[in-house]
Amino acid sequence: MIKTAGLRKAFRSGKTTVEAVRGVDLDVGDGEIFGFLGPNGAGKTTTLRMLATLIRPDGGSALIAGVDLMHRPAEVRRRIGYVAQGGGTWEEVSAREELVYQGRLHRLSTAESRRRADAAIEAFQLGEFADRPCKTYSGGQRRRLDVALGVIHRPAVVFLDEPTTGLDPQSRAHMWTEVRRLREEGMTVFLTTHYLEEADALCDRVAIIDHGAIVALDTPAELKRQVAGDVVTLGLGAGVGPLSAELERQPYLRELERTAAGLRLVVEDGAVAIPQILRSVDAAAVPLTSIELHRPSLDDVFLARTGRSLRDSEQKS
Amino acid sequence: MTLVRDTWLVFTRQVTIVLRNPVWLIVGIFQPLCFLLLFGPLLKGMPQLGGGNAYKVFVPGLLIQLAMFGTMFVGFALIAELRAGVIERMRVTPVSRLALLLGRCARDVLSLLVQSAILVALALPFGLDVRVGDLALAFAMLALIGLLFSSFSYGVALVVRSEDALAPLLNSVTIPLLLLSGILLPLTLGPAWLRAIARWNPFSWSVDAARALFAGDPGDPHVWKALVIVTVLAAVASVWSARRFATSVR
Repeated sequence: MIKTAGLRKAFRSGKTTVEAVRGVDLDVGDGEIFGFLGPNGAGKTTTLRMLATLIRPDGGSALIAGVDLMHRPAEVRRRIGYVAQGGGTWEEVSAREELVYQGRLHRLSTAESRRRADAAIEAFQLGEFADRPCKTYSGGQRRRLDVALGVIHRPAVVFLDEPTTGLDPQSRAHMWTEVRRLREEGMTVFLTTHYLEEADALCDRVAIIDHGAIVALDTPAELKRQVAGDVVTLGLGAGVGPLSAELERQPYLRELERTAAGLRLVVEDGAVAIPQILRSVDAAAVPLTSIELHRPSLDDVFLARTGRSLRDSEQKS
Repeated sequence: MTLVRDTWLVFTRQVTIVLRNPVWLIVGIFQPLCFLLLFGPLLKGMPQLGGGNAYKVFVPGLLIQLAMFGTMFVGFALIAELRAGVIERMRVTPVSRLALLLGRCARDVLSLLVQSAILVALALPFGLDVRVGDLALAFAMLALIGLLFSSFSYGVALVVRSEDALAPLLNSVTIPLLLLSGILLPLTLGPAWLRAIARWNPFSWSVDAARALFAGDPGDPHVWKALVIVTVLAAVASVWSARRFATSVR
């Protein structure tokens, strides 16, 4: 659905040139929720804006819904929806008016625009405030309207620039539901985020971007597996020796370490390993006091690939 | 046809926004009203103004001033829209870029004409009288001046993209144009050198033309000359601004 090769963009300010995006290759599948994760200034928004026809790439190529971005941006526009970080609604008009207007901008008839506005109000649960002016909306309400506006013409691809930044946890969960629903309707969703939990919970695949280049790209589970593996911590009674010898022989084990309270194991996949570990513990007749599974977060992935923590780089910027 | 449709779409939305918040329309007409009610009476006794009806000289000037100042600062609204992301939202739709400009200019011209009509209506009790045909011609000229300044203002707004830069820039263009147009007092009162400079100010021609129309003399050569001048200028400003829209709002 989205295919890019060597997408580049540099910005000049005065005499210095900042390479915002330096060669991005992507292949986003049909009906995928694809996440672009990275700290502020990593090039997420610049890439998104290039794909959404808002800024012209310096080089590279991109095919969006089968259309060449560089040569036919107007055609691309018919097939995409775009929701900017800051939204983009007039304060004085209502959600319903904005939705109808947006439909009209996409060359739909007034009657069809009204129908779609009604449907969007229903689907995005805007009914409660749909006829009040936008200036009275809460952050979450406004964001839902922004997304509804971005998809009123039922595009093949929708670009969401940090759809949940600044939202409270409840509104964020609500937004995730909306995004998943868009995918169920057949849309491909391309979003940027600097929230690890969001990339993890919402996205089918995640590209981690830093300093304008992609440093990792895969499913969240696979990314985490590649980096560290899962950590299983066992609290054990007496007789750890023979048990650890037994565990050392298992194919799923990557690392084993004795701790004061028992064992710390690094395994390929915790969900697969735990039943087998328990069987070994049982067979060795060692009393088990506790078992804990820690899966690495995407932050561990970011740390492994860039040498610094995403949370730290967020705080600095 | 899509251009007309899109322009209408942009225009109606812009009108809706003005009507939701009409305070700016009222603020815009407040200043010329002050001149009409508080400055106009001073002119009554001045024999230099022809002794007769001073309002016939004064009101046309006020209308030109309204046309210039009322539309000169519309670029501020565009900068606010750029900042709010409204323009960006439009950019990802197939809507005509030219329509984004023309729809806005049409709204500005309409609100200018409404304000002008209010001003003329309020001046009538002071003894202003003008033929409908002459008034229509004067309003056509006002509309062209409005189109000229509003498209100019949008174009400049797209170039500078900041309120801080826009205000002084626009003021430094408008103030000399205003003073050299003889709007407040006819330039015939001034010294020869001032009149010589003013001859090069296109809007001094507009003021003279509007005065001729309010005096019931549409055949005055100032009228057709001024109409030609503002038509050309409005066309140049619109094309320039449309180019700005096409390149920066691609």
